[in-house]
Amino acid sequence: MALLEIQGVTRRFGDFAAVDDVSLAVEAGEFFTLLGPSGCGKTTLLRMVAGFDLPDAGRILLNGEDLADRPPELRPVRTVFQSYALFPHMTVEGNVAFPLQMANVKASERPARIAAALEDVRLIGFGKRYPHELSGGQKQRVAIARALVTHPTMLLLDEPLAALDAKLREELQVELINLQKEVGIAFVYVTHDQTEALALSHRIAVMNRGRVEQLDEPSKIYGFPRTKFVADFIGQCNLFSGPVTANEAGTVTVDVKGLGPVRVAARSAIAAGAQGTVALRPEKIRISPSAPLDTPDNHFRGKVADLLYMGDVTVYRVETPGGTRIEALLANSQSGRAKFFEVGDAVETSWHVDAGHFIAE
Amino acid sequence: MAANGFSGTRMAKWLVSGPPLLYLLVFFAAPALIMVLASVRSPGEFGGLAPLVDESGRLDLNTESYVRLFTESVYLQVFVKSAWYALLTTLACLALAYPLATLIAKSPKKHRDLLLLLVILPFWSNFLIRIYAWMIILGPNAALARMVNGVLAWFGAGPVPLLFSAFAVLTCLVYVHLPFMVLPLYANLEKHDQALLDAAQDLGANAWNRFWRITFPLSLPGVYAGSALVFIPALGIFAIPDILGGPDDTLIGNLIKQQFLETRDWPFGSVLSIMLTVAALLLAGIAAWVGRRGAAGAARA
Repeated sequence: MALLEIQGVTRRFGDFAAVDDVSLAVEAGEFFTLLGPSGCGKTTLLRMVAGFDLPDAGRILLNGEDLADRPPELRPVRTVFQSYALFPHMTVEGNVAFPLQMANVKASERPARIAAALEDVRLIGFGKRYPHELSGGQKQRVAIARALVTHPTMLLLDEPLAALDAKLREELQVELINLQKEVGIAFVYVTHDQTEALALSHRIAVMNRGRVEQLDEPSKIYGFPRTKFVADFIGQCNLFSGPVTANEAGTVTVDVKGLGPVRVAARSAIAAGAQGTVALRPEKIRISPSAPLDTPDNHFRGKVADLLYMGDVTVYRVETPGGTRIEALLANSQSGRAKFFEVGDAVETSWHVDAGHFIAE
Repeated sequence: MAANGFSGTRMAKWLVSGPPLLYLLVFFAAPALIMVLASVRSPGEFGGLAPLVDESGRLDLNTESYVRLFTESVYLQVFVKSAWYALLTTLACLALAYPLATLIAKSPKKHRDLLLLLVILPFWSNFLIRIYAWMIILGPNAALARMVNGVLAWFGAGPVPLLFSAFAVLTCLVYVHLPFMVLPLYANLEKHDQALLDAAQDLGANAWNRFWRITFPLSLPGVYAGSALVFIPALGIFAIPDILGGPDDTLIGNLIKQQFLETRDWPFGSVLSIMLTVAALLLAGIAAWVGRRGAAGAARA
């Protein structure tokens, strides 16, 4: 039995279904992420697990017990809020002591518990400070220590790093991974940041319009997106759509308007005539001045329409004569070389059948 | 350039703060000084003040009025009674205003302005008229008095007058000062972050603990501000005990008024007035100090 089971949960606000018949299960000790754009229902779902909102339909089970009749204060889960929500009139110690006091933990046991929680988040020596004397990253750590001090069954994190700058965010991501390993409890993490989700999670549920579009490991989500939305939302992706003209020996041919026939490996038994999309990551595309010698299955000529130099890599947008734009990414690994092509250069883009991923419609 | 800019802002500062400063000097500091001076002079034969220099050419300054205040215990008793009435008023206002301010702060935004307007609506009619209105409400033939005495008769107790009593004075004191407690409390409670209460609940706090551990301590600056705004005017009030009080309800405000208008002992009236000002300033200072500490705590967000 899974630790947390969400069974057919729906939450409506008026006519709008914020969460629409969602079912998923989170295992003990798992780092589970709800990923999606704002308004996709991920936060609503998290609030229902915490008890701040109730489903209109469906059930939420924790360790097999239906949580419907339990108010937030009686659920063995803890939330880390995006705004930290530290109590401004209490010191760091006071904040961390609060849940212990609420749980009637003996006063003699509290100091050791508080010290251990602050040690977990590397905040030893900050106990006497007030929240306004802390940096954003430190506040976030206090919020996590406060949530962990009572040893909850599960930690719910609502975009906990969203308010921090990029560098600090990366640092805290590594800490979160280590912390989760250390304490060993399940984390349910809500974010709209796909790189964060890929970096942190054991499994990701990609949500869109209140539904789960795909639930998988990060590498599967990235490499084998099941829907166009997932392919587009996670990382950069070329999406070539059109009717399927052939399906032979595991290779599907899609006739893409403005480009031509694109061949892609597919395991599905898709019949000719159906609509489909080839999802192709920019880093899987080769770009060269002339046709490559090994002539891969897909190659299209075009002109560099524009490019984005990003330091480590350069993104080239190649426009074919038919008007289709192909986004290709090239590492600027050769020293002293800023970029390989300039705007206006005639180039050849090419990729193998197994570079792309076929999405049936 | 920099010096010019500096003197320019300085000029602007004086232009802005000059007029109110002048106003306070002329109409507050100067009269206060005159009062201090009057307190060490002798009362005139027919009221007012005796000449500063008497017939023998001696400067007539003395501390007799101060000695009188501290030696005749009846005056200190009035002071204590005034402080007691003011304290009761403050506590009653706090008890009534807290739920009201919470209700307004939690009501939908579009209703809040209307509710606040209702709180300050009494200010639209004259203060004295409102006090006289209480005479009618508490009068012996009014429904309220009849009902109370009817109930008392049931238990065999004699009829009690509601009007001209400590009850009437306190009721009206609370009524008059209630908005001054509601407004600062509302201003504070309205700013509270719902996320803090969510976090407290998530961490295991029930409704009582959420109030007592989070909402109440964070509202203390509002509590202090409201208490100062109620306690200090309530301490010096004279109109309410004059109109609604009985013979035992003489407060320090009435005493001061008597000294100036009836007994015509200006020096002693000045002494009482100075003591009241000192007491009020002292309490305001304490309230501001405690309030600032509370505010510093609340600013720790």
